[in-house]
Amino acid sequence: MTKENFLELAEISAGYGASRVLDGIELTIAKGEFVALLGASGCGKTTLLRAIAGFVSPSAGSIRVAGRDVTRLPPDKRGMALVFQSYALWPHMTVAQNIGYGLKLKRHPRAEIARRVGEMEKLLGLDGLGDRKPAQLSGGQRQRVALGRALAIDPEILLLDEPLSNLDARIRLTVRHEIRALQKRLGITAVHVTHDREEAMVMADRIVILDAGRIAQQGTPEAVYNRPASAFVAAFMGAENRVELWGQPSSGRFEIESGPANAVCTVPLDGRPLARGFVEARFRAEAAQLLAGTARDAAPAGTLELSGRVESVSYPGGLWRHAVRVGDDVVLVDAGMAFAAGDAVKIRIPSDVLFLFNAPAASSPAPIRSRPGGEKSRSLEASEA
Amino acid sequence: MSIATLSVRRKLGVDLWWLPRAAILGLLAFIIFGPLLNLLLWTVAERWYFPHVLPLDYGFSVWTRVFSPRGNAMDSLQNSILVAVLTVIVSLALAIPAGYALARLKLPLRSLILLAFLIPQAFPNLPVYVNIARLFYQIGLNGTITGVVLVHAVHGLVYAVWIATAAFSAVDPELEQAARSIGAGPLRAFRDVTLPLAMPGLMASAIFVFLESLDEFTGSYFVGAPDVNMLPLLLYSAGAGGNYQIASITALLLLIPSIGFMLIVERFLKADVLSRVGH
Repeated sequence: MTKENFLELAEISAGYGASRVLDGIELTIAKGEFVALLGASGCGKTTLLRAIAGFVSPSAGSIRVAGRDVTRLPPDKRGMALVFQSYALWPHMTVAQNIGYGLKLKRHPRAEIARRVGEMEKLLGLDGLGDRKPAQLSGGQRQRVALGRALAIDPEILLLDEPLSNLDARIRLTVRHEIRALQKRLGITAVHVTHDREEAMVMADRIVILDAGRIAQQGTPEAVYNRPASAFVAAFMGAENRVELWGQPSSGRFEIESGPANAVCTVPLDGRPLARGFVEARFRAEAAQLLAGTARDAAPAGTLELSGRVESVSYPGGLWRHAVRVGDDVVLVDAGMAFAAGDAVKIRIPSDVLFLFNAPAASSPAPIRSRPGGEKSRSLEASEA
Repeated sequence: MSIATLSVRRKLGVDLWWLPRAAILGLLAFIIFGPLLNLLLWTVAERWYFPHVLPLDYGFSVWTRVFSPRGNAMDSLQNSILVAVLTVIVSLALAIPAGYALARLKLPLRSLILLAFLIPQAFPNLPVYVNIARLFYQIGLNGTITGVVLVHAVHGLVYAVWIATAAFSAVDPELEQAARSIGAGPLRAFRDVTLPLAMPGLMASAIFVFLESLDEFTGSYFVGAPDVNMLPLLLYSAGAGGNYQIASITALLLLIPSIGFMLIVERFLKADVLSRVGH
């Protein structure tokens, strides 16, 4: 056992009845690391967390903590603490009793429990609330009590199940940083489940993106954001704009042929396993550049240029967001100045923010470029979600 | 028309509107409390016969007779309370694990099991208790406190299990899991979290069972009498013998726990517990 594989999940599969929620999850977490399990609802992230905590028993695979197999141990013998989405504070106990319960179980002397509870209250800014019942607290305070209750027992591993999702948007931003700072200071290993990309990016050392019970990609926030391994990850990390292109690799470069809405372009391959055929190009609204359709200057080398027509404009703040029809697709592009609906525009996407994946449709003889109407109905705010 | 006359008329209107209401309320009160008042009068009546509307003489001589050692009342009261307490203990001892299992474990036959507890109520009491009495007679349980407690527990379990199931269903399983996750074993988590939170519902079920046991007649009669005397039996024999004074005093004794029950239920039973009965 080294520090690098403190928590090891090997081939974890789990399911309710016939449906498989987790499928061969392999994950190694280092001591003191903050890992975010990110995914849409139903991707199995909460089931994975509950399997680690011991509330779901995996149908296959093993869970090891510091080299010790805990797969079949009950939750109370695993040395972990779970913070629930609902907080699950005990309404019949005071704040101090809630926080001190874990220590009471360990038969610590009363004076020591009181001291530790006082410490936790101070650490979490709950001073003077020790005698209150959970019902008398605000959402943010309850969240901190739940955190304090978990931290009071000095767990080896802290498990967080969407602990911020019930908080107001404004409080959530500060609590993110509070939890992160606390975790760093205490050096706890933490596994955090969330569906909020930004939350995962801000808090975690490493992001594990789950899709349909499998790990789609894992890596640092920066790596996952800038080098998505699949179209799913790219879309989940905000690159919601999607156009289909045709191209082929050639000596370390990928040549995109001109299409009805795009010019010829050659981008570095950068080791991506792209094959000849249709590719799905994905990019973020803020990564593209919007120019008037009359712009005469040529696009710089390695920059994809699409031509389209503005369908609508909105102002989400900072930049103007344009819905631009490119061929059969509608893409969202941010620009510092507003174009009017109906304007012909050019969209330029530099190669480093253009994510290319072989389209799953490439296997079929006649790739469907886009579902008719499907993209049209997408709201302007779609990429905000 | 001035505002003053308007307000006067409105006042009058309100007053007139209250007349039929008051009349209906009075009638209702009479229907509810009339018999009770009659009962109260009987408990202190020395002589009262037709066609007199009120008793001719008042006094407490019957009370002394009821509570005298030969009156059997104290004996019956003692038996009744002892049986009721034991019935509560037996019922809850079975209903707590049963209710917890029914509420927590997703038993496939959950509603069927809950329904099964109703079966003793689905048959006419008399043949059921006659058969129980026959059975108990063979194994020597007839005429014992144990026998009566068992009969009452069969009856009380319906309430106990249903209400306990509802009470445990009302406790979020995550509360228990939260205790498990920070180191509490299953029993400890149950004792420290689930049980205290389900307690109001369990108290209510205990009170229901207690009162049911106190009131129960048929089973007590077939299994208990004549060796084990209970208050309802005393009430029955007094009433059947035309001794309304003794019957009323016994009824009054039985009324006291009922009123106490209403007060306690009002305090303990949360609406969200009641709403889950049968879920």
